[in-house]
Amino acid sequence: MFNVLQYDFVQNAFLAGSLIAIMAATIGYFVVLRAQAFAGEALADIGFAGATGAAILGISSLLGMLGLTLLAALGIGALGERVRGRDIEIGMVLSFALGLGVLFLSIYIQNGANANAGVSVLFGSILTVTRRDVIITLITGSVTLLILTFLFRPLLFASVDPEVAQARGVPVRLLSIVFLLLLAVATAEAVLVIGVLLVFALLIAPAAAAERLTHQPLTAIFLSVILGLTFTWGGLILAFVGTGNHLPVSFYISAMAALTYFASMLIARFRSPRRYRALPHPNREHMPVHTHRRGKNGVFRHI
Amino acid sequence: MFDMLQYAFIQNAFVAGTCVAIVAAMMGYFLIVRGLTFAGHALPNIGFAGAAGAVLLGIDPVIGLLAFTISAALAIGILGKAIRERDIAVGIIMTFALGLGILFLSLYSGYAERVYSILFGQIVGISQENVLFTALSSFLTLILLLILYRPLLFSSFDPEVAEARGVPVNALGLAFLVLVAITVSIAVQIVGALLFFTLLIGPAATTVRIVHRPLWAILLAIILGICYTWLGIFFAANGTWPVSFYIATISFAVYLPIRLLSPLWIGQRARKNMSMKQGTLSPGFQSSEDEQNDATKVSGRISGISR
Repeated sequence: MFNVLQYDFVQNAFLAGSLIAIMAATIGYFVVLRAQAFAGEALADIGFAGATGAAILGISSLLGMLGLTLLAALGIGALGERVRGRDIEIGMVLSFALGLGVLFLSIYIQNGANANAGVSVLFGSILTVTRRDVIITLITGSVTLLILTFLFRPLLFASVDPEVAQARGVPVRLLSIVFLLLLAVATAEAVLVIGVLLVFALLIAPAAAAERLTHQPLTAIFLSVILGLTFTWGGLILAFVGTGNHLPVSFYISAMAALTYFASMLIARFRSPRRYRALPHPNREHMPVHTHRRGKNGVFRHI
Repeated sequence: MFDMLQYAFIQNAFVAGTCVAIVAAMMGYFLIVRGLTFAGHALPNIGFAGAAGAVLLGIDPVIGLLAFTISAALAIGILGKAIRERDIAVGIIMTFALGLGILFLSLYSGYAERVYSILFGQIVGISQENVLFTALSSFLTLILLLILYRPLLFSSFDPEVAEARGVPVNALGLAFLVLVAITVSIAVQIVGALLFFTLLIGPAATTVRIVHRPLWAILLAIILGICYTWLGIFFAANGTWPVSFYIATISFAVYLPIRLLSPLWIGQRARKNMSMKQGTLSPGFQSSEDEQNDATKVSGRISGISR
């Protein structure tokens, strides 16, 4: 069983998969908190256009995706700010990006290339990751996580309560654009592992499940990273070890991710809401519980 | 240049495309005012997974499409009550379905063409039967939408008040999503997941920024949708690039300037409307009051969007 690890492509898959799982799970926590899931989806679809465009130009698909998603993140950040209505703008950008992707793909196929190239972008191709991709992932991943560490407190504040954060002098607008750029990087790289269509499995599902199970931000991020790593490793191991007909890694990862999320929903529903009343909070005993939904760092949001 | 219209397959594409465009534009308006854009993107993709499963089992793709989209629509309706939660629920349901889709596809050999035809569509290349089927089902959907029109509009704009007035808001929401799912199942085979999403969101997103009366917005969206479709097929028949690219590009090219310029007129109109409502509202004339309320709410919502 362990002798598959000698192969280069297996090592690359594990290295890139782990790096990306960590980054996507961390960024994903803020995506869930800021209710920007649809933006993540749109960025992934833009990555599709980037990857197919890069294929025509003959450059690495990761670079193509990074280029276009960063550009689109700036565009989305400039266009829409509020939650309401933002989804329309994102939807329009998304449909245009998919149109471009289809165009690039058809040009690419007309040039005589193999039609399966597009499928691997749509559904991921972790087993074809090169050593160069791993290095790019390592560099961009560490930069992203570093920036996120620096921004952690203000970003958390701005995500949980934008109005109060604004009033306290946190540059909410700037933060939201910087965050979209980080999200763009994470999405482009998650697409490499799991594909355009399944990017939620690494970006959203671990964080959404973690956020249902714990309300402490740091614990939730930690749990989310662990879940992300479990899905990725589990998917890779199952694909290598599992039954003879070599089912795709992406299927295992997305199935585990979705089932975990559904399970977390059930757990959160059946767990007693009284649990949160025991949490210490200043002035808490003077207020009725239900008027006091949002404590420090959004701790009581689910009551 | 126009002699391409003699060909039967071009005629079929025009007729089927027009039917889909009409239903999609009307449905898209409701999706947008209900904040369900993401569901509009997810359902066609989920349908794709269902079609892949049906192909694997050797049954008609429509059955797979219907099974997957309807169960997903019900799941979205039940799991995603709050807007915050809904996007995540929708996304994860989509991921689950598409994960199954890739599983089905990998079990089924002869792979890429099928994926592309469902995802990206092949409107030029459908049969006479398909056209008839599409026309008939579009007509039925349209009638159902017209029956649901008033309560649906009411519950979309003001769910609390609608509920208080006895409108079954939750049931309506579910019924609407199931209707979307059925339409998706029929349309996706004809125009593909991508193009259907474009026709769903593109026209309506543009018109809610131009007109504020729901009925006018819907009518204008239908006209826009038909124009996009015809232009797209026309360009594609004369050029070499895919229809979905042309339609998506035209739709974005119309939307972008309107989105950027709309703050010029939307803010003004909302203020004017507000003062009108305070000044000259005649009590006792129920229907006009309701209409006025609708209109104020639309423009109010849009002015909320616009900043």
